Amino acid sequence: MTRPAGPGWLIQGVLPYGEGPRVDVRLVDGTIVEMGTDLSAGDCQVLDASGQVLLPGFVDLHTHLREPGREDAETVESGTRAAAAGGFTAVHAMANTDPVADNAGVVEQVWRLGAEAGHCDVAPVGAVTLGLAGVQLAELGTMADSAARVRVFSDDGLCISDAGLMRRALEYVKAFDGVIAQHAEEPRLTVGAQMHEGEHSGRLGLTGWPSVAEEAIIARDCLLAQHVGGRLHVCHVSTRGSVEILRLAKARGIDVSGEVTPHHLLLTDAAACGYDATYKVNPPLRSQDDVDAVREGLADGTLDVVATDHAPHAPQDKEAEWGAARPGMTGLETALGIVALTMVGPGLLTWRQVADRMSERPARIGRLLGHGRPLAVGEPANLVLVADTAWTVDRRQTESRSHNTPFHGTTLPARVTATFLRGVRTASA
Amino acid sequence: MTRHLLSAADLTLADATLVLDTAAELETILATSSVGKLPTLRGRTVVTLFFEDSTRTKTSFELAAKRLSADVIGFAAKGSSVSKGETLKDTALTLEAMGADGIVVRHSWSGAPVNLARHVRGSVVNAGDGTHEHPTQALLDAYTMRQRLGRVEGLKVTIVGDVLHSRVARSNVLLLHTLGAEVTVVAPPTLLPVGVGTWPCAVSYDLDAVLPTSDVVMMLRVQRERMGVSYFPSSREYAQRYGLDVRRAERLREDTIVMHPGPMNRGVELASEVADGPRSTIVAQVANGVTVRMAVLYLMLGSAEPAIGVTL
Amino acid sequence: MSPARGTPRPVTGDRAAARTVVTAEQVGRVVDRMAHELLESVGGVSDLVLLGIPTRGVVLARRLAARIEVFSGAQVPVGALDVTLYRDDLRLKGPRALASTELPPGGIDGRRVVLVDDVLFTGRSVRAALDALNDLGRPSAVALAVLVDRGHRELPIRADHVGRNVATTLTETVHVLLAETDGEDGVLLGPADLPDADLT
Repeated sequence: MTRPAGPGWLIQGVLPYGEGPRVDVRLVDGTIVEMGTDLSAGDCQVLDASGQVLLPGFVDLHTHLREPGREDAETVESGTRAAAAGGFTAVHAMANTDPVADNAGVVEQVWRLGAEAGHCDVAPVGAVTLGLAGVQLAELGTMADSAARVRVFSDDGLCISDAGLMRRALEYVKAFDGVIAQHAEEPRLTVGAQMHEGEHSGRLGLTGWPSVAEEAIIARDCLLAQHVGGRLHVCHVSTRGSVEILRLAKARGIDVSGEVTPHHLLLTDAAACGYDATYKVNPPLRSQDDVDAVREGLADGTLDVVATDHAPHAPQDKEAEWGAARPGMTGLETALGIVALTMVGPGLLTWRQVADRMSERPARIGRLLGHGRPLAVGEPANLVLVADTAWTVDRRQTESRSHNTPFHGTTLPARVTATFLRGVRTASA
Repeated sequence: MTRHLLSAADLTLADATLVLDTAAELETILATSSVGKLPTLRGRTVVTLFFEDSTRTKTSFELAAKRLSADVIGFAAKGSSVSKGETLKDTALTLEAMGADGIVVRHSWSGAPVNLARHVRGSVVNAGDGTHEHPTQALLDAYTMRQRLGRVEGLKVTIVGDVLHSRVARSNVLLLHTLGAEVTVVAPPTLLPVGVGTWPCAVSYDLDAVLPTSDVVMMLRVQRERMGVSYFPSSREYAQRYGLDVRRAERLREDTIVMHPGPMNRGVELASEVADGPRSTIVAQVANGVTVRMAVLYLMLGSAEPAIGVTL
Repeated sequence: MSPARGTPRPVTGDRAAARTVVTAEQVGRVVDRMAHELLESVGGVSDLVLLGIPTRGVVLARRLAARIEVFSGAQVPVGALDVTLYRDDLRLKGPRALASTELPPGGIDGRRVVLVDDVLFTGRSVRAALDALNDLGRPSAVALAVLVDRGHRELPIRADHVGRNVATTLTETVHVLLAETDGEDGVLLGPADLPDADLT
């Protein structure tokens, strides 16, 4: 599966979950075998990580690896290399590839490519409907039973807008503990939409994408999930109204989870002034009030996970008129830094909570074995080391094949210094 | 430093006044001139880059440039490399290589002139981008108001129609505010942008309430296609509630003028008799368009540096 | 950028370092002499039109017309001819606002036009004025009257009526002051102007 384990590691002086006192951690044969102070090196390679924070390896519930179909923008190999650099030990690869991942053949291909590359585990997401057309269910059960063990199903990029179909999908995947991840966007409210509908869209002459298009679908789907007893996950939550609906749904005991992207934790719709399509994304960047709301939601756990929605694009798809450009931003390599800047720095999340939002909960939602595990002896060595070293994002220096990051020139207060996948170091800074 | 005219907001009061005053001088000179041409932009290359069809505006700009003796190159999107999939960036680089001093661009995507301006050294003049802006239209409208009513400051201007999709409305609201006019926009709620409350103008759904106090009534074109997606139920109802028919025109003050950027839907937003009547400035607007565009081209390309516009 | 239209260009450079080369009283006598010269020119002042080059050229033209009327009773039409759009050095300088062009009633076709300006220097303004005149009509003849000729011609142009010859170096500037625009009459000779001064 992955590379052979190789010699063990002795990682010195780390703070598990950012909490003291410092400990040394020994990894042998892909497992944490010892944690203590002043451990001897033995046969292990030594890594002096004094004062760094040790967290379980991050799990991304929402990544676009573009292979098969758009290998000019990203491949499974380059995308997982970027993921490892960002501290991820597992990523869920969205199904809107070409061909669409709506059958066992494509999901197994993607899963195998990930295994061969060996940078992180790839859990392919299966499309809910054939060809993402929103009409007929894909063979969800066969995908679940395949070597790829698909548990997360999504038509992301498109909304499952037919209420009847969404109901059936939520019901059907119960049989194999699956979850439907909805891209919440009522299509009839977003015809021709280019950016958030608000003060700026009117002035800029760009058709607006109203918040209610997201909120209405989330409300409907939560009630459907409640009705059929199914499991719902909401992709890239971006508005205050959406957070409030999720809070209410959870209070009612509905089995729903929500994710927020790093860019929605920081950027607002004002970024569209100037028509730089680097900032064009779906769902769009919203108002400062929405940014405040999603940060509060992530802090109090209403939003369960940070998911990057890493969306690499070739230059000609971004260096174009706003209306002609494709939406999406890269995010694997900057996610940790943005979370540190927007949540840890201001005291909205502790590092232990970061472990929960970026590793434990996403692993649980995706039903991923071996990831999001406690930092304890006997657990698989899927780990990430974080240092509070400031660094400035340079869009030309990325592992990802694409450079459409909205954070070029931004200084981030923390960085990933090493990532371990079952005891093998997959990234180092 | 290259400067561009991309939005009416790029013009300060001084800049806008300079354009109008320059246009007035040009009008005088050309009226007296037996040749009808000035040598001022000789040796300058002006490219008209029209990605969207428009005979009216394109001809207006080409005439303006030619009357200043500039070399004019018309680049129409259909049949050019653009229709073969060439990107805006590559078109820009081609123009650069050709040494265009001024590029007049009309595009169907909002913001395209801004993107273009990033890749060229010449001055970009926005001749209409999507539903964003059309600054020279606002300038010629203001010039026409000044011509007929002697001033712009303090005028009560009412703009009626599909404000949501109108670049003419956006540019006019901004420029008229700069020039000190009081603007009211009138439209059905479906044709007003969500953020219109933050614009420097008043808003009304009731045309009859606003007409009696208006000095200028500017009618915007309403696209019938909008009916298909329920912006309004029918042309008939639209015309009844928001059309300037003969009955409404009779209740206007004596000096009130009626404007329209063209092309117009006779009988929908404007009755034929009103369009052809003495209050109407429609024909004058077209003539003034050439003069005002001459002024803009002169001020941007006539000297070592542009006198107006924004730097990016 | 150059001042708004209608406003004469202010005296720049160090005023304190400039010296008077023609006093107010002398300016008055010079203008009178020029008016008499025009009256004595071939054809007199019948068919004559004075076209001033803005700004001070227009003031001077009005003054000449006024003195001609005092001396002879004849009313000579006065107009203004802005030459900005015809200048050959536009590209070299910062942007300029346009001044007014007003042809007098009766126009210029078939009449004798006297261009009037305050200072004659390189001759380029006059060349531009001749081009502008050419596009505006067909005068029967064109002559030039200037208050000050400071030499350093770059084109084969000479004035028919000169108020004063003032010898200058290229680094000096000549300022003509006229009561109507500057509060007093006079001609000053001073050190170099700021970089975007006109070369007339």
